[in-house]
Amino acid sequence: MKMTGSQVIMEILLEQGVDTVFGYPGGAALNIYDTLYSYQNRIRHVLTAHEQGAAHAADGYARATGKTGVVFATSGPGATNLVTGIATAFMDSIPMVAITSNVANSLIGRDAFQEVYITGITMPITKHNFFVNRVEDLAHAMREAFRIAQTGRKGPVLVDVTKDVTAAMVAFEPCPTPSSNVALPKAEREEVEKAAAYLNQAKRPVIYCGGGVAASDAVQELHRLMEKGDIPVTYTMMAAGIIGYQEERALGMIGMHGSVAANKAVDQADLVLALGTRFSDRVALNMEKFAKDAVKIQVDIDESEINKNVIVELSILSDVKYFLEQLLPLVEDQKRSGWLEQIAQWKAQSVMVQCPQAKMHPREIIESVCDMTDKETIYVTDVGQHQMWAAQFIKHRNTKAFLTSGGLGTMGFGYGAAIGAQVGCPDKRVIHFTGDASFHMNLNEGCTAVSEGLPIITVIMNNHVLGMVYQWQSSFYERRYCATTPNRKTDFVKVAEGFGVKGFRAETPQAFRDAFAQALKETGPVWIECIIDQEEKVLPMIPNGGTVEDIILN
Amino acid sequence: MTEIKVNKEAPRQVVRILVDNQPNVLARISSLFGRRNFNISTITASETHVPGLTRITVVTSENDEHVLHQIISQTEKLEVVREIYLLDMKNSVYRELLLVKIRTNAEQRTALHEIVDIYRGKIIDLSQNSMIIELTGSPEKLDGFMGMVAEYDIIEVCRTGITGIERGLSE
Repeated sequence: MKMTGSQVIMEILLEQGVDTVFGYPGGAALNIYDTLYSYQNRIRHVLTAHEQGAAHAADGYARATGKTGVVFATSGPGATNLVTGIATAFMDSIPMVAITSNVANSLIGRDAFQEVYITGITMPITKHNFFVNRVEDLAHAMREAFRIAQTGRKGPVLVDVTKDVTAAMVAFEPCPTPSSNVALPKAEREEVEKAAAYLNQAKRPVIYCGGGVAASDAVQELHRLMEKGDIPVTYTMMAAGIIGYQEERALGMIGMHGSVAANKAVDQADLVLALGTRFSDRVALNMEKFAKDAVKIQVDIDESEINKNVIVELSILSDVKYFLEQLLPLVEDQKRSGWLEQIAQWKAQSVMVQCPQAKMHPREIIESVCDMTDKETIYVTDVGQHQMWAAQFIKHRNTKAFLTSGGLGTMGFGYGAAIGAQVGCPDKRVIHFTGDASFHMNLNEGCTAVSEGLPIITVIMNNHVLGMVYQWQSSFYERRYCATTPNRKTDFVKVAEGFGVKGFRAETPQAFRDAFAQALKETGPVWIECIIDQEEKVLPMIPNGGTVEDIILN
Repeated sequence: MTEIKVNKEAPRQVVRILVDNQPNVLARISSLFGRRNFNISTITASETHVPGLTRITVVTSENDEHVLHQIISQTEKLEVVREIYLLDMKNSVYRELLLVKIRTNAEQRTALHEIVDIYRGKIIDLSQNSMIIELTGSPEKLDGFMGMVAEYDIIEVCRTGITGIERGLSE
């Protein structure tokens, strides 16, 4: 069957089960968009205000649905605007395929209008990328892009296609079944036995989970291990939701702004079982002293994560789910009452401090939202203080329900990601928590939420400062507030109205609950601006390079 | 898990990488080394006898086994990489090529000829006031030679970097 390169792109999207793409057109992408016109009934295109928003939307779509997110952009600035979004997905191992157009073959390398070397630019932030300047190579590159994005440790792939290729004719062979995935690495029997022996002997074990546990779909196995061995579980921010907030053995989040109980437990543990996690510098703040008394076992699908940050006693290259399935029968049923009692005491001590003079605390806002929304709600955040409060206070219940930029820490991630999540999960409630500084970065996507009729509720915690940096300047730089107190006069309710979004402002918990109740009845997007005190801090906090000994509680 | 055996005494480590011969392939490797702050002393790339495959040889001064494990396991993740391993220096032959241009007069020419002979090099170009010498061998031999000719007026030096191959047949 003869068809154009642009048709090949659409056919392969359909072949891969893609029915939604996010993007923004442009000169070099005209052929692709012209072809999309004929595929509109099978492929939904969500136009954003900015390509960065589209990239975050594809990412949020992937995080919420587990499917691969797809984003289109034109050459030059269209492509470079994707860069932050691609890097965000790369750091958090999110499957994404970005399709960029480039100038005509004859103009490549000549600094043509809107030409940029996007494959060079994205080399370090993609699993792989393709530059396609021959239409014969297009189908293979597209199929490979999806295979690579979805295989093993997932991540973004970029396909850059010249304008000639999008118009050129080629014979297309449909490939009905998507190329099969490569087998995942599996733990050796001997390694599993060793791990089980360590675990059975341990008096004070802790399971430390990262995003890999959810990515490997191993939540049930994790729960069985936790129950069988009576072992407490902590998680990184990327794994929030892996264990219900109310569970007895849930320690909460670990790391810089993790709970006292989680950080103490790991510090005092005699065994730490690290599953699908990389001992990042926000968890192992002091890489030498992290879990200093513990035998550390690391299980990861990616060999390069093993011994990268913290040197472990036993490293196992394996898919986490497979490892846990093999491990479970070898784990002895035991009660670790003493250890669990100690942990219960630490949990009871974990007091979060709040600003006494404030009319409304971040915690009250977040808890009200959780109380007023159902269990299937998806929470999305931007980056900064509000993100940490959200990670700490949301009543996490499910995976794929807390979407946040963990690795890259991208302010401006939230609104695009919320749009992607709501498009991918139309039947679920999507709540976007943001701060006034993060929201200023990409609130332009309000227009997208309006056009698409997405009932996303954005909760803006407005403390009128760049909160996280302000907090660091307050704690570690003698309150020399440089470039964090911008004296902005933005009226978010008016801005909302300008976009066609419903806007509310709340200064007290009751006013917030009233506004939120109204918001839940709306069919389109809503912003609720919540005035909070600029002196509210994210606590507890372990400073960079510190241990639980250095924890700041107030 | 890849077991890395490092001879810490060795002055250098040689990483042999077999890659798909695609545009950008060298950039992908060097970009990764750059991004992760892995040292590259020398890097060579050339086609192999198998069409479509290129051999890249990276010499690094890193000798910590965890760093070398990172080098191997991070590079292995690149889609273009077919095979990667650390060359076992004891069981390998490895060579480097040196070209050096030296300003000479008639008197110096004879003396230099002697040195070149001792090192089994070749004079491959000669003019009234200069010569070009070619020398192949281990980097130590090349360093030794350069030490011997240091007192002369050296115009230009080119070294290719190491390439190496293991002895015998494995597996």
